[in-house]
Amino acid sequence: MMGLLSSTQVATAPIFAHIFSRADDGSANFGWVIGRILLVLLIVHVLLILGALMVWAERRVSAWMQDRIGPNRVGPHGLLQPLADLGKFMFKEDVIPGHVNKVMYTIAPLISTIPALITFAVVPFGGSYEMVDGKEVAVSWQIANLDIGVLYILAVAGIGVYGITLGGWASNSKYSLLGGVRASAQMISYELSLGLAIVPVVLMAGSLNLGEIVAYQAENTWLVFTQPLACFIFLVAGYAETNRLPFDMPESETELVAGYHTEFSSMKFALFFLAEYANMTVAAALVVTLYLGGWTLFGLEQLGWGMAVLIFALKTLFFMFAFIWVRWTIPRFRYDQLMNLGWGVFLPLTLVNVVLTAGAIALDQTWLFFLLPALCVAAALFVAYMGLKREEEQFQPLPTAAGEKGSA
Amino acid sequence: MATTLDSLLALDFPGAALAGLFLATGDLVEYVPVLVMLIFAVLFAGANLGLSFVLGAKGKTNPVKEAAYECGMPPITDAHQRFSVKFYLVAILFVLFDIEVVFLYPWAVHFGEKALQTFLFVEMLIFIGILFLGWWYVIRKGAVNWAQE
Repeated sequence: MMGLLSSTQVATAPIFAHIFSRADDGSANFGWVIGRILLVLLIVHVLLILGALMVWAERRVSAWMQDRIGPNRVGPHGLLQPLADLGKFMFKEDVIPGHVNKVMYTIAPLISTIPALITFAVVPFGGSYEMVDGKEVAVSWQIANLDIGVLYILAVAGIGVYGITLGGWASNSKYSLLGGVRASAQMISYELSLGLAIVPVVLMAGSLNLGEIVAYQAENTWLVFTQPLACFIFLVAGYAETNRLPFDMPESETELVAGYHTEFSSMKFALFFLAEYANMTVAAALVVTLYLGGWTLFGLEQLGWGMAVLIFALKTLFFMFAFIWVRWTIPRFRYDQLMNLGWGVFLPLTLVNVVLTAGAIALDQTWLFFLLPALCVAAALFVAYMGLKREEEQFQPLPTAAGEKGSA
Repeated sequence: MATTLDSLLALDFPGAALAGLFLATGDLVEYVPVLVMLIFAVLFAGANLGLSFVLGAKGKTNPVKEAAYECGMPPITDAHQRFSVKFYLVAILFVLFDIEVVFLYPWAVHFGEKALQTFLFVEMLIFIGILFLGWWYVIRKGAVNWAQE
């Protein structure tokens, strides 16, 4: 414990010092481990509560967008609705239908939920500026400061696919099976674009450590300004990875009932639900961390450690709101459109983006960063214009009642 | 380091030996919180399933309740039947392309080194060029085209 107290960071961040810094000789001690355990408990609880709040927010916001009221009876503004839901899920009968593969059917929700909860381990949720070797650098607070943070996220997020696919297959129902295979095909297709959209970030920051990626953005500029296209593709691929509208093919309720979780009830269904919302939280946090400067906001984060956490939370909450916003605004894609977008548009775009970013860094030409985004915006505008024009040409005014009479 | 290990082992809490092993191997110490989080996530999810199994209502079963849900129609066959081979094709293509993506990460981390930059850039151009040829072949073959038979 002596090494802990002599740690240099005690003066700058008294509350978090014993959690985020190891002793001077770099070794970890018992206090550090206990601190991390408490931190894990705190973060997992925040994630779970956020997940529950997201369920509430989704229902309220969708009601607001559709000019309804939404749940407003349990607690103020219906805020305690998730708790009531939890109670109900808990006391419902745990039906295991006779036609399912019982082992797979039971562990599928677990395989889906556990990765969703542990992905957040490497996301920096706050931080402070500290003097390291006579230079002021942004030091992030993470549960685990892994040097392979980006790979950890991709690897753990990849496990989630198994839960959904197994759930769909083990249910032994046609809707579930279709939902499951669709989910696996969709999620792996977009995982490519997701992974390739991060490569320019790694190129710029020169590290896979999410804390160092934030430090790079604090020192230079937010990556959304130099990598707008990668940011956009990451966001869209994030929607596809979390099976949210407009990419909710795996559970599209108008054709597959509920997709992969049609046969699930009680807590097993709730765990799938929870995994989806936890994944949304992580996806929002990742967009913020990789492209929007994480816990930094033009120097405002220097006001104190609470401010940094607050900035990160607000940015993340905005993107979580965007998930709901998009869901209730944009209709579902068709499956072939979804696959074409992933393989035919996003994959080549992200590859070209990697080449151009590397070229821009090697040749020190800043304008190269913006060449591809500008071309994409131009192409999108052109396609929209052609679409509108075609619609205008095809538009035939309906014959009026009088005209019909005259011709007859 | 020795004192850390001793204090941990002396406390003899569950998993102390494992934690000590992690601490002793230097940089792996950062994976201890991940392990803690994994254990907590497993406990949370498992406890939820267990609790709902214990607390949940116990209902009677009947053939209709046991059947797969098909919007009221009696299910005719087992659902484990053939499905479109295209899903399989997509999975194979994913494995191919994802391995290429994994190769790009170490390259990207080291791209900042000025002395190597030209070499790294040209090499990667060739690599991505070959990747693009593969992508072009896949698209022209219609491997991911779901609109037509």
